[in-house]
Amino acid sequence: MSQVIVVTSGKGGVGKTTSAAAIATGLAMKGKKVCVIDFDVGLRNLDLIMGVERRVVFDFINVINDGIRLQQALIKDKRVEGLYILPTSQTRDKDALSREGVERVIEELRQEFDYVICDSPAGIEKGAYMALYFADEAIVVTNPEVSSVRDSDRILGILNSKSRRAERGEPPMKQHLLLTRYDLDRVARGEMLKLDDVLEILAIPVLGVIPQDDMVLQCSNLGLPVVLEPKSTAGQAYMDAVRRLLGETVELRFTTPPKKSFVNWLLRRTA
Amino acid sequence: MRLHDLFALFRGPSRTEGSAAAAKQRLQVILAVERPLTRGQPDFLPSMQREILEVIRKYVPIDERKIKVEVEREADISLLAVSVELPNSAFSRAV
Repeated sequence: MSQVIVVTSGKGGVGKTTSAAAIATGLAMKGKKVCVIDFDVGLRNLDLIMGVERRVVFDFINVINDGIRLQQALIKDKRVEGLYILPTSQTRDKDALSREGVERVIEELRQEFDYVICDSPAGIEKGAYMALYFADEAIVVTNPEVSSVRDSDRILGILNSKSRRAERGEPPMKQHLLLTRYDLDRVARGEMLKLDDVLEILAIPVLGVIPQDDMVLQCSNLGLPVVLEPKSTAGQAYMDAVRRLLGETVELRFTTPPKKSFVNWLLRRTA
Repeated sequence: MRLHDLFALFRGPSRTEGSAAAAKQRLQVILAVERPLTRGQPDFLPSMQREILEVIRKYVPIDERKIKVEVEREADISLLAVSVELPNSAFSRAV
């Protein structure tokens, strides 16, 4: 059965698009047929992060409003089999996202794909609301930082009251915490909220903890979803999260600081 | 050890040390205030309230403003509280 998953956060700049791209790519690497949609009308970036910005001809908004067929707007990824990107418009505004139009496109995608990943814009305006409205599950991307945690809490309230599931009185949307930009050294020094603190406050199960990793910027420079870079610790942590999403039990990694042994010290000195 | 670290030894703990604990505590306080305001009640509540009112009215004449339906959410459970204020006469007649 097809699953519609929204990647959301409230706050901007916490890693929603990076996470949506990584998880969609990871699911496709696991053999699933996946479509990832950009809901950030007017400020599209998923195309850049996925490295397909020069292949955009038609977009999500054209499919909703201008009689363009879905097949004409979907971009097939050239690296991973079964991965498709539905970019959004860079020139229109959020009003172009009608609820009926979004519903029609999502229902059509459900027929075709195992997973539909909705990359939400920041904020709690129409674009964010449309991205979450039809979802079966939500991945709440949070940084270990006060404003991000507060905004995530606000988004959880909206998921529970304003989604279609909530309005119809259906079983609540499954919610997952994805803690990103986790800096183990700072956590160890007591300078950064630790996983347990965030879990205690938000009270939803954790899907993954993504360590702070310089490779994330380098991958975005290249338009490469970070899971395609095997050396990246963030990429490895995203793949763990993907396996958990598929129901596997995978122990959390990168949540305790590596032991400061002499060998490690020596390795770091020579690296 | 750099010179900077050596000075830090004598300075004692700084204001920012262990600031994560302060972050957690501030979040807990602010969210305790904000959650009741922002976490809207589920949308089925108004219609459920109407139906409960109709059932009670079949037996006891009550004012529709005298029924209160609330949902309280905690980490693991949600509590649905329905309180109905009955007029004094409702039971004295039955006895």
